[in-house]
Amino acid sequence: MTSQTPTPPTLKAVSHKGGQSVAIRGLEKTYGARKVLQHLDLSIAAGEFVAIVGRSGCGKSTLLRILSGLESPTAGSVSLNDDKANAHGDVRFMFQEPRLLPWKSVIANVALGLDRHARPQAEEALRHVGLGERAGDWPSSLSGGQKQRVALARALVHEPSLLLLDEPLGALDALTRIEMQRLIESLWQRQRFTAVLVTHDVAEAVALADRVILLEDGRVALDERIDLPRPRHRGDPAFAAQEERILERVLGSDSPQQDAASGHADATEPPKRHLSRVA
Amino acid sequence: MSTHTENRLFSRAAPWILPILLLAAWQTASSLGWLSTRILPAPWDVLKAFVTLAESGELWNHMRISTLRALSGFALGGGLGLLLGLLTGSLRSAETLLDSTLQMVRNIPPLALIPLVILWFGIDEAAKLFLVSLGVFFPIYTNTFHGIHSVDKGLIEMGRSYGLSRWQLYREVILPGALPSILVGVRFSLGFMWVILIVAETISAQSGIGYMTMNAREFLQTDVVLVGILLYALLGKLADMLARGLERTSLRWHPRYQPQH
Repeated sequence: MTSQTPTPPTLKAVSHKGGQSVAIRGLEKTYGARKVLQHLDLSIAAGEFVAIVGRSGCGKSTLLRILSGLESPTAGSVSLNDDKANAHGDVRFMFQEPRLLPWKSVIANVALGLDRHARPQAEEALRHVGLGERAGDWPSSLSGGQKQRVALARALVHEPSLLLLDEPLGALDALTRIEMQRLIESLWQRQRFTAVLVTHDVAEAVALADRVILLEDGRVALDERIDLPRPRHRGDPAFAAQEERILERVLGSDSPQQDAASGHADATEPPKRHLSRVA
Repeated sequence: MSTHTENRLFSRAAPWILPILLLAAWQTASSLGWLSTRILPAPWDVLKAFVTLAESGELWNHMRISTLRALSGFALGGGLGLLLGLLTGSLRSAETLLDSTLQMVRNIPPLALIPLVILWFGIDEAAKLFLVSLGVFFPIYTNTFHGIHSVDKGLIEMGRSYGLSRWQLYREVILPGALPSILVGVRFSLGFMWVILIVAETISAQSGIGYMTMNAREFLQTDVVLVGILLYALLGKLADMLARGLERTSLRWHPRYQPQH
């Protein structure tokens, strides 16, 4: 039974499975003649928050969909916790759009796929995203940001060990975005799941991630660790410098000359990306 | 009285102004002898004919029979349309097997089959059941089929990735998603149901509202003919109200049906 004591909301810590580690080896995906991912290797530690950035069409969404099991790779393997048999069980996906069922109340949306007795958990998850009072409302009466918060509650009520986020904040206004980023960060710190966030917003990536990965032509072009203390502040010069560096790297990858010019700044850049030019 | 309540009253009464004016003009024209009672009897006479028919019990008997025919045809044809629509909408193999055949049959107006139906079933109940079923089948079939096809693919993908079983996916996502379209089909078919029944009953029947009006025509009882026609209008309106009520209760989630603030 749930007690009514006004303790600060925390999900029942006992049931936490923690994060899953992810190992991607030689991953390839082709659509017809078009190669979207080419021999991609990537390891993600359990509980790590990884952001994947890159220009549109670089394969970042495809990578996420393969991780979730929505799509299967053409070649290569994805292993979660080194246990291929139980691959996609604890993985939850947060889509670009909220994708709430309009014919179900907010609480029924959160409880989707859970059995009848799980209603208290759903209510709790809804409280965590600050929408406990809207449980009985229809999704159509919520704002865009509120809808995404419901979608977040729906993902987290399953206590996933791996949460995949496909630009879920892309359509929100700047203030709501920052609010949502803080919410995601605090829930991640509390539940310690592994998170993979695909975004085109470098500032968002630097604000949230332990590691920022730049995908280019279906390969890892940059793998940068963000060691800034949390909570991170955008005004912080170290934050701004790191954001600037990654942004330059994303933009500069278009023209080889510029690339050479900014090359000295990227001391951490792996030499891999020159190979991608050859291919 | 504030202008606000005045406006409300006006908007309530407005739809009835024109019918009442028409009725008054009609009554005046008849009373002054501008209209022959053989062409159009006075509204007052139509009302009297209605009361006489109602008192003798004849009216209720015909109404009951017509309603029964309409509803059983609707249940049979509509049920079959829903079932087949769900089947072809959900299963690709059923679609390739059945849909093009059904689309061909759809283009035959059900009323064109009347000669054939009379040859097959005579002027029995079966003939009317067949025609009404056929008439209501297609609006429901087509709208169910399209309803299922137009369910947001993103929602289906979401349901799958959240671990819903096939049956859960159907019950929680696909059916509710197709429901608005299915209900549009229901409304169309209810309108169609009366049209077909009227024609079937006027052509061949020994009871029902259509029979009553045709019978009255032979005896030049124009007032009874008008009672029959007005009854169809009334029953049609009733069916439409039923369909709207169904939409309002089952589509409560839809922004269109939510109270405006």
